[in-house]
Amino acid sequence: MTRNILKMALASTALVATTAYADDVTLTIESWRNDDLALWQEQIIPAFEAANPGIKVKFTPSAPAEYNAILNSKLEAGSAGDLITCRPFDASLALYDAGHLSDLSDMDAMGNFSDVAKSAWQTDDGSASFCVPMASVIHGFIYNKDAFAELGLEAPTTEAEFFAALEAFKADGNYIPMAMGTNDQWEAATMGYNNIGPNYWKGEEGRRALIAGEQKLTDEQWVAPYATLAKWADYLGDGYEAQTYPDSQNLFTLGRAAVYPAGSWEVSGFNNLADFEMGAFKPPVMNAGDTCYISDHTDIGIGMNAASPNAEAARTFLAWVGSTEFATIFANALPGFYPLSNAPVEIEDPLAKEFVSWRGECESTIRSTYQILSRGTPNLENDTWGASVAAIKGTETPEALGAKLQEGLASWYAPQQ
Amino acid sequence: MQPRRIRWHIVVFLAPAVLVYTAVMIFPLFNTLRLALYSRIDQERIFVGMENFRTLFFDPIWSEQFWNALGNNFWFFIVHMLVQNPIGVALAAILSHPRLRFAALYRSAIFIPTILSFVIVGFAWKLILSPIWGIAPDMLDMVGLKSLFAPWLGKEEYALTTLALVSVWQFVGIPMMLIYAALLTIPEEILEAGEIDGITGFAAFWKIKLPLILPSIGIISILTFVGNFNAFDLIYTTQGALAGPDFSTDILGTFMYRTFFGFQLQLGDPHMGSAIAGAMFAIILVGVCIYLFGIQTRMRRYQM
Repeated sequence: MTRNILKMALASTALVATTAYADDVTLTIESWRNDDLALWQEQIIPAFEAANPGIKVKFTPSAPAEYNAILNSKLEAGSAGDLITCRPFDASLALYDAGHLSDLSDMDAMGNFSDVAKSAWQTDDGSASFCVPMASVIHGFIYNKDAFAELGLEAPTTEAEFFAALEAFKADGNYIPMAMGTNDQWEAATMGYNNIGPNYWKGEEGRRALIAGEQKLTDEQWVAPYATLAKWADYLGDGYEAQTYPDSQNLFTLGRAAVYPAGSWEVSGFNNLADFEMGAFKPPVMNAGDTCYISDHTDIGIGMNAASPNAEAARTFLAWVGSTEFATIFANALPGFYPLSNAPVEIEDPLAKEFVSWRGECESTIRSTYQILSRGTPNLENDTWGASVAAIKGTETPEALGAKLQEGLASWYAPQQ
Repeated sequence: MQPRRIRWHIVVFLAPAVLVYTAVMIFPLFNTLRLALYSRIDQERIFVGMENFRTLFFDPIWSEQFWNALGNNFWFFIVHMLVQNPIGVALAAILSHPRLRFAALYRSAIFIPTILSFVIVGFAWKLILSPIWGIAPDMLDMVGLKSLFAPWLGKEEYALTTLALVSVWQFVGIPMMLIYAALLTIPEEILEAGEIDGITGFAAFWKIKLPLILPSIGIISILTFVGNFNAFDLIYTTQGALAGPDFSTDILGTFMYRTFFGFQLQLGDPHMGSAIAGAMFAIILVGVCIYLFGIQTRMRRYQM
């Protein structure tokens, strides 16, 4: 009771405060993309404000690793911004279920997105959508074109070629064959397991079968990627066990490494740092001519804080996010993040274009652990980080890792029991 | 007979401290303990009694993590007791030597890391020990010991000990200062009396000074215990909330943080988090009680 009174008192002072500034409404955006602060302030927000006088927008990002924790506390305390950048799947679904995000299904802008794009921000039965899809990221490998030319190598397409190229760099000795460390753990799972994995479990087919309980994590197609990861260890730099994510980024952009297992989100950062020519190749397939699968992961959406006093203005902003104008600005200002709307958008950056061109050649899927499967304890995504690291270091066999993950998943997920 | 006067000034003088302490310490403490008795099921917060503690101690998924964190925490504490405190005492003994030159300089230099933020210490050491850019491999190379270098922070078997030693480096100034102050209070006459009886040098330290500073060493031990079992910052800044590699550096603080606030796709669970915080509180309380009633009351004190 006292809490409510306090909240009302706070809300009313907030209202008084906003009315004091002429009639402008200020929308605050919560986000984890602190790297994009300049882009929002210089390009996206001015474009929106020019089209919608009377609405001011403030972008207030926090550090990616702390975003979920900070956002949850802010929402509980009632101090969160009007617009919430949405993590895909359960993190946002939980916010919706707790009543922190508004249902946006009735917005016209939602019609601009495919079902797959919307699936990351819907209730399990698809009846309510609570975030407007903003962007996806595509996984693959970025390579140093100059280094490949030096050794007369071509970008590999099959796994045999991939390891042959790494072996050639190792024998040459001038470059670290591949820049990745295991200190921060997530790269091993995100840029390792979920990058090469879809080729083994056939993308959506395997992912959906796992959710339905028709396949198990102990099956060959889910264990084999770990065996492949184990072979990576020989080609990572000295002391990769203590190498962090920024270390790997720096090693590659300084031109000391030949291949970088990547997500397309690296493109804009790398463009600014690397002074050699970069190319990208998709996760290698087993045999030439096999169907290729890529992880085209729905990564960012944006929704509305249900407690926002500026609901009208927030909806205006969200409708604009669903427009082609936003998609074009966003895609070109942030090469490597691909808009999810159905409207075709021309991307100028060559490296980013290379990534997106795979959408036409390969089957798209999303990361295997994100939908539904990381809902319980133990958390499958976090366990996959640990398992991928253990696979690379060789501390456990791929079969043992698969068995451990399956046991953890089966302990709470009914279809797998 | 006059009625006893209420001595208002006592209440007035105590009030600010009592109010502030209650608001920022006592209330949150008891509220956390209360939170541990609830759980959220279908958006509804319901009272579940000791259920969270039962899960924490007996559900294999949780108990494995809990005992791992507790074991790591004990190792973290043992390293501090075996390395930090003896070095602190030794440094204090050396610094209190009357003929040591530049004592003030050494004292400040050794104490300075204590006032640095954990973030700076964690980041600086991570860079020093980095196999790629760090100066540690190069320095070992200079003395021909390159083969001894390993990516310590990334190896399950070394990471926790390495971090404990970094923490020792940061905090060795505290026992040093406290012992140094205790050593200064020892009157010259006692030492001179000992000298007349033929006790000098090392013998004087072991037989006269050490017994006199034992109460200070006791206090330092208990401060170390409380500090170590509440530790979190250093592990979080260097290894992140998952306390890698493979949870080998996970201590109660990081386990509690990860559970309470959630991590990546794992959603936060304030109720289980509070249960862990409650367990931490109990462990520290028991440790402090053992010290207070078991050790301190039996310690011999000397009138100086």
